[in-house]
Amino acid sequence: MDLHALTMANAHKLLARGKISSVELTSAFLDRIEGHDDRIEAFITVDKPGALAQAAKADELIAKGLQSPFTGIPIALKDLLCTQGVKTTCASKILDNFIPQYDATVVAKLKAEQAVLIGKTNLDEFAMGSSTENSAFKVTRNPWNLDHVPGGSSGGSAAAVAAQFCCGALGTDTGGSIRQPASHCGVVGLKPTYGRVSRFGLVSYASSLDQIGPITRDVADAAMMMNLICGNDPKDSTSARMDVPNFTLALQQVESKSLRGMKAGIPKEYLDVEGIDPDVLVLFDRAKKVLEGLGVEIVEISLPHTEYVVAAYYIIAPCEASSNLARFDGVRYGFREHASQDIIEMYKKTKSKGFGPEVQRRIIIGTYALSAGYYDAYYGRASQVRTLIMEDFTKAFDQCDLILSPVAPTPAFKIGENTGDPLTMYLSDIFTLSANMAGVPGISVPAGFSSLGLPVGIQMMAKRFDEMSLLRAGFGFERALDLKTRFPVLS
Amino acid sequence: MKISKEEIEKIAHLARLEINETQKEALSGQLSHILAYIDKLKDVDVEGVTPSSGAAFLNNVLREDQLSGSPGPDVTLANAPERDQDFYTVPRVV
Repeated sequence: MDLHALTMANAHKLLARGKISSVELTSAFLDRIEGHDDRIEAFITVDKPGALAQAAKADELIAKGLQSPFTGIPIALKDLLCTQGVKTTCASKILDNFIPQYDATVVAKLKAEQAVLIGKTNLDEFAMGSSTENSAFKVTRNPWNLDHVPGGSSGGSAAAVAAQFCCGALGTDTGGSIRQPASHCGVVGLKPTYGRVSRFGLVSYASSLDQIGPITRDVADAAMMMNLICGNDPKDSTSARMDVPNFTLALQQVESKSLRGMKAGIPKEYLDVEGIDPDVLVLFDRAKKVLEGLGVEIVEISLPHTEYVVAAYYIIAPCEASSNLARFDGVRYGFREHASQDIIEMYKKTKSKGFGPEVQRRIIIGTYALSAGYYDAYYGRASQVRTLIMEDFTKAFDQCDLILSPVAPTPAFKIGENTGDPLTMYLSDIFTLSANMAGVPGISVPAGFSSLGLPVGIQMMAKRFDEMSLLRAGFGFERALDLKTRFPVLS
Repeated sequence: MKISKEEIEKIAHLARLEINETQKEALSGQLSHILAYIDKLKDVDVEGVTPSSGAAFLNNVLREDQLSGSPGPDVTLANAPERDQDFYTVPRVV
């Protein structure tokens, strides 16, 4: 049996029955990381001693019958989530020596269930990017084809799940950073509703858009992870006081392979987007037919402000970033440039040496858009357009339960192909940004492969707090499509 | 809209970034290009539209004050780039 191929749910079953131990399972992943991560570069930090100690502890608990669904299951974390005592870098030189004093709430939840935290995964610096090429430390490669990017910004987490370096992972999504790399790596990624998951201990990029979510091998594992990470947290005042359903039980009720009664809308504006790859269109069309076969009624809908989403997002996110990242000033933690005469020079030298080019670019855009004389024209107007985008979604969901679209206009592009022109990279986020702007949940589920053999996903979005519909439809779709190849062969 | 190198310099100072001539040149071009694209927001009729700052439920979250322990200076200052006893130190301010 290939232990590294196990889903979270199957690993749990085998652990609970005593067929395998967590130490065996964890060692299988650590061996695989040791054998292959020098080429894929999914991890910034692998916590081998910590993981093996947690696995041994988990085995003791399981022997006493004290296990939860997560006990002994190896999970990877995007290196934007604070882990007490384990370096948390945000893939930035400015935090390359930062060791948090506390755990993010999601990390504390995983620890409380005795999950094995195997390591911290690579990302675009401070989650700013769509390819994981903006990391200060390494460029992660797509496990399906090492010449291609894994997507981003949670590219390390998606590549780690696809390369079978862990059972599942957590990522974060501010404009598509869970869904797009999941699509590019052929795994499942879910961005929950804004407020569904506590952001405490997530290093902020754009606080009104950021959300933590699962990146997993299949939809059932995403549901299992959602059961654990969702819920109100007194440490995050934007986390919602909403009941968290048992997402796994809901999947078990999708028995007849039928999603009859569900309506999925396709926004007519999305298919007018320029530059959609023909392979993506073919796979999208097939996905539509698979859903129709399950009884989903497909309807045309309209999101009239689609054309303005990228422009509004690339004002709002950099504005929030310029404010959030002001805290990295070399005073309380992280890198400091010591050769400075006065404090202003120290701030300037620290930030300029500590932040990479894309982060500096977004700080400059945000500072410009918030500066005197420009605020109303940029941030003010973008926030009004955001209201119109939210209203588009409210109206659209009067007509359907799901909104169906591609995740990205193209399969994973080649490393270096898009680094010269920031705007081109921003435009590729067109299908994923809206969910963050409107606060609605979105899932990316594998839908097949391009002619070059690269994975392509489809995206479904739902009403706020209706992750249940995403998981049910995603689960039905996954089973009906039944892709024979799910994971790459690593050479 | 063209963003001049002088404007880039002014913004960089506000953001406390030190950038060299080559970066100024590059940023001036890139920013002009990005902001030209963003200008399309001017085509949207936003008359009377309330701005949204986020998608959170905007309820006040209130609770009684509670006493709890402090982690103490050694934990709090563990990541300090420079410290003097229980204080962070910085270069001369005045």
